[in-house]
Amino acid sequence: MTQQTAPAVVEMTGISVEFPPVKALDGVDFRLRPGEIHALMGENGAGKSTLIKALTGIHSPTAGTIVVDGVERRFTGPADARAHGVSTVYQEVNLCENLTVAENIMLGAEPRLLGGLHWSAMRRQAASHLERMGLNIDPASSLGSHSLAVQQLVAICRATVGDCKVLILDEPTSSLDTDEVAHLFTVMRTLRDEGVAILFVSHFLDQIYEVSDRMTVLRNGGLVGEYVTADLPPAELVQHMIGRSMEVLEAAEEVLEHTERPADATPLLQVVGLGRKGSVQPFDLELYEGEVVGLAGLLGSGRTELARLLTGADRADVGETRVAGAPARLRTPRAAMSHGIAYTSEDRKGEGVVDGLTVRENIVLALQARRGWIRPLPRKQVDDLVASYIKQLGIRPANPEALLRNLSGGNQQKVLLARWLATAPQLLVLDEPTRGIDVGAKAEIQKLVADLAAEGMSVVFISAELEEVLRISHRIAVMRDRRKVAEIDGGGATMDQVVDLIAGGGTK
Amino acid sequence: MATSAPVRASRSLKIPTRLDRRYLPVVGTFVVLALMLIVGGTRYENFLTPAVVSNLFINNAHLIVLAVGMTFVILTGGIDLSVGSVLALSTVVTAALLQAGLPPAVVIPLAVGAGTVIGLAHGVMVQYFQVQPFVATLAGMFLARGLCFLIAPESIAINDASFGELASWVQIFGGWRMSSGVLIALVVVGLGFLVLHFTRFGRTVYAIGGGEQSALLMGLPVARTKVLAYVVSGTCAGLGGLLFAMYSRSGYSLTGVAMELDAIAAVVIGGTLLTGGTGFVLGSVLGVLVLGLIQTIITFEGTLSSWWTKIVIGVLLLVFVALQRILTLRRT
Amino acid sequence: MTKILRHYLFWPVAALVALLVANTIARPSFLAISIRDGHLFGAPIDILRTTAPLLLVALGMTLVIATRGIDLSVGAVVAVSGAVALSHIASSPNPESPVTVLTAIGLALALCLVLGVWNGFLVSVLGIQPIIATLILMTAGRGVAMLITGGMITTINSAPFKVLGSGFWLGLPVAAVIAFGVFAVVALVVRRTALGMLLEATGINPAASRLSGVRSKTLTWTVYTASGLFAGLAGLLISADTMAADANNAGVFIELDAILAVVIGGTALSGGKFNLSGTLVGALVIATLERTVTVLGISPLVTPLFMALVVIAVTLLQSPRMRERLTAATRRPVATTPPEPQPAARPDPTEVKA
Repeated sequence: MTQQTAPAVVEMTGISVEFPPVKALDGVDFRLRPGEIHALMGENGAGKSTLIKALTGIHSPTAGTIVVDGVERRFTGPADARAHGVSTVYQEVNLCENLTVAENIMLGAEPRLLGGLHWSAMRRQAASHLERMGLNIDPASSLGSHSLAVQQLVAICRATVGDCKVLILDEPTSSLDTDEVAHLFTVMRTLRDEGVAILFVSHFLDQIYEVSDRMTVLRNGGLVGEYVTADLPPAELVQHMIGRSMEVLEAAEEVLEHTERPADATPLLQVVGLGRKGSVQPFDLELYEGEVVGLAGLLGSGRTELARLLTGADRADVGETRVAGAPARLRTPRAAMSHGIAYTSEDRKGEGVVDGLTVRENIVLALQARRGWIRPLPRKQVDDLVASYIKQLGIRPANPEALLRNLSGGNQQKVLLARWLATAPQLLVLDEPTRGIDVGAKAEIQKLVADLAAEGMSVVFISAELEEVLRISHRIAVMRDRRKVAEIDGGGATMDQVVDLIAGGGTK
Repeated sequence: MATSAPVRASRSLKIPTRLDRRYLPVVGTFVVLALMLIVGGTRYENFLTPAVVSNLFINNAHLIVLAVGMTFVILTGGIDLSVGSVLALSTVVTAALLQAGLPPAVVIPLAVGAGTVIGLAHGVMVQYFQVQPFVATLAGMFLARGLCFLIAPESIAINDASFGELASWVQIFGGWRMSSGVLIALVVVGLGFLVLHFTRFGRTVYAIGGGEQSALLMGLPVARTKVLAYVVSGTCAGLGGLLFAMYSRSGYSLTGVAMELDAIAAVVIGGTLLTGGTGFVLGSVLGVLVLGLIQTIITFEGTLSSWWTKIVIGVLLLVFVALQRILTLRRT
Repeated sequence: MTKILRHYLFWPVAALVALLVANTIARPSFLAISIRDGHLFGAPIDILRTTAPLLLVALGMTLVIATRGIDLSVGAVVAVSGAVALSHIASSPNPESPVTVLTAIGLALALCLVLGVWNGFLVSVLGIQPIIATLILMTAGRGVAMLITGGMITTINSAPFKVLGSGFWLGLPVAAVIAFGVFAVVALVVRRTALGMLLEATGINPAASRLSGVRSKTLTWTVYTASGLFAGLAGLLISADTMAADANNAGVFIELDAILAVVIGGTALSGGKFNLSGTLVGALVIATLERTVTVLGISPLVTPLFMALVVIAVTLLQSPRMRERLTAATRRPVATTPPEPQPAARPDPTEVKA
């Protein structure tokens, strides 16, 4: 538990960080005590990453003091910070897949023999560290042979080798499923009880409430306040974070109307027995105009794989597809596009943004690709189109010539939406469109989805956040173990019901 | 919801009977080498003799050293195009300084050091000025070649007595011969292996190839290691030049043209991925031997023209690259 | 001022101007152009003519590099092209006939097209790293060229073929007209259509491009094919200049010169954004440099040294660290977009590997 009396292990006072002309942090105070799990909350751009980077020496503050363990410090970088007991684990696993697990844990603090590496001692020590994490894996195996969750735990394992006073976890849960998150939390609590101060960043509010003791909220580079988690209701927290009320969120709920579709309606897209070996078991699915279908399931349940088959991102090896009643073969994204099907991948960075191109080029990319290179869109038309999407979706900065790599995650996501909306699709498949983006942008995207459906577009919506799926879906398809296990009406569905299905019916 | 054993331990037991994937390409190279030896042995008389095998090493000692250095650079995900030119520079420096009457004890460190300095310059350009390795070492390639011509446009013969003594040192065991060049090359291979597998520097080389950003965030000395990898390659090229000067008893500014390709080909055939992070020094040595054996076989064949060497190397590269591709595809 | 300083063409053009100035100082008549027999003569015209093959190769190279690739095989393709054309003409009973020459050109270009298709196949279909995929042909290609010429240097006499190398058209060297003409057409096609943007998208993020419906594989395949074709054309110009096919030495290092031209022109080897105008300047810088060495009376053997110095100077000046220094030195206010907090902890991975 929080030891209110214990002296802070990290004390940051009046920290300012500037990237002229932008002030990314403005006089922020932050305190971290030993033996607590401290959540750092805020929207994207609130300054969470900047604060962490100021602490670990990646950014140098223009004002303020940082005191670690009673000594004022300015670290020169993550290595220096780590040498003084401040370790960081990032969202992406920053380890080397080609090295062994043992090396990934021990390199930097490796046992030596005659000036060289002492391999057997290294494996032994790594194994004991792993055991502390509740991990039973061979330290001599290569890291790449393990799942992402195991790699994430290995990364934490590495961070705690040696004298670790402060552990910073920057969105460690974003790619883990529920079980894996539970395991991670167990590890975090163990470390906390050993006296480690843990700084935790997550976009999942329920996780914050489950695991954190205290929290610090930032907004627009400034400090909003420090709270004891148990004393701050979620609604209030969200208000602190976005600085406005829940109207936007509620608006999404109001917009979603449940219109009855005629009994004889032809599905826009109908698949029968569609499947791919090693990816997802054959499934049936019908999608109608003006309908939002949510896909619920854990990570790895096949929800992404199903979306990829629907949109030609992966090739199905069995099954039939009908578009508006007529048989169609969607073997490539291009083929799917020609049938009015659009797909945004969950991997925004890897499969979505083209970060070296401008906002304008990113928005017209799909439309231009469909027309073919030989028929360029007239410049005037491009400019109008881009300007209208920047306005409609509120893309910031509102500069068509800005390079996409200079936009925040939420704005990049909006650009990707614009890319697909520009092709005027009939079916829009969104895989985790709200992951890793701030609460405000999240609500805007949810509202947009509802609006698009109201205008007659069919939407498939995938999200790890069950609440979100429940809120905006007319129908929900539930996935488990790479199989579609149920399809329920979204209107009457409750959280418990869906969780039951995901967990395999008989939960305790 | 099940809460027990939440994280699956994948492959918790090591199965010693199954070969680790990482070694497959090297084993492939070894199999090819063995097949070539068997085919050669059955086709030609006097092929599988100690003399032929000894010559294989003696003729390629310099290339083995180059390949060891190249392995370091390629493991970090870089490339060194300058090794052929630096080798030539080293031969020219050796020959010119010996001609000027300096003793080998002074000349040898200078010749090798020339490579070290150029390697250091590459490392600094790549690491601190973020010039792509391809471009930086291309510049180094031109620079070294230009310096060669500046020092000596014509071939210089080496007549220094003590250098000649060193160069002609041979140990004979039965039919086997080992020249001083081969001995040095083998020592370099041994050192390369030890450094890569038993030092933090070596493991950092692998880590950088696996993911430079990750290595940086793991707190490993990325900058220093990357610069050092080029220094190692440059030094190996300098040493390779020394061996070549010992082998050819001359220094000539046109030696080693396109030799960087041989070194790269040897490394690739030896199972090192050009993307970095995967590969072994011993594989590169096998790669050099495969290249050398192709030459030997074509010489034995007699009727085949020399250009077949190039075509065969190309085909072999294709086969190995395709095999590696299949292996990496399976892995993902 | 600082804006000009930061323009990608500034340093390459500055290098070109510096070389021209150096030449003019060494030989005041350097830039003079005279008319002889209705043809233009003079060092600048000569430079245009010698730039021609390099420009063609660099053109293909730029497009390949834009897709995050590289084509090391162009030198070997140059050799193959010359070998095929000259072997055909040499073995023909009527080497002076335009039909023979046209057939030879057609055969050479067709084979080079096939070689380009082969490279494209390895890269786009088999997914082999470009540097290795083209290394294969780089190694084997010269062997193939020697196979075609039988290991000899084939020489011919054929007036129609010679025109390609040393003929004049409208007072200008035919080789230059062909190369600059092809360059202009391709540049126009690339920038006036959406081809350029789609190539850049493919180079920056192939996976995202595929999901956006860009035919990345086809585009990649096409640029390697084009690179092979342009290299073949360059090979014809080179062999027509000397009227000899030397499988060992034709086009040696032209791949490196071409890559240099691209890099000097401000296109990063990591792919994505490319500048054809920069490549043009880069090719001119290299050709002028070679000329400068002779003008200044330096042994041509030392040319590599000068190449090295220019490359080091230009790449260092273009390096991010130097740019920072220059920016700091000129104290310009930051006008670019502010560095917003990165969405992810990991900086752009595309910048890590070349």
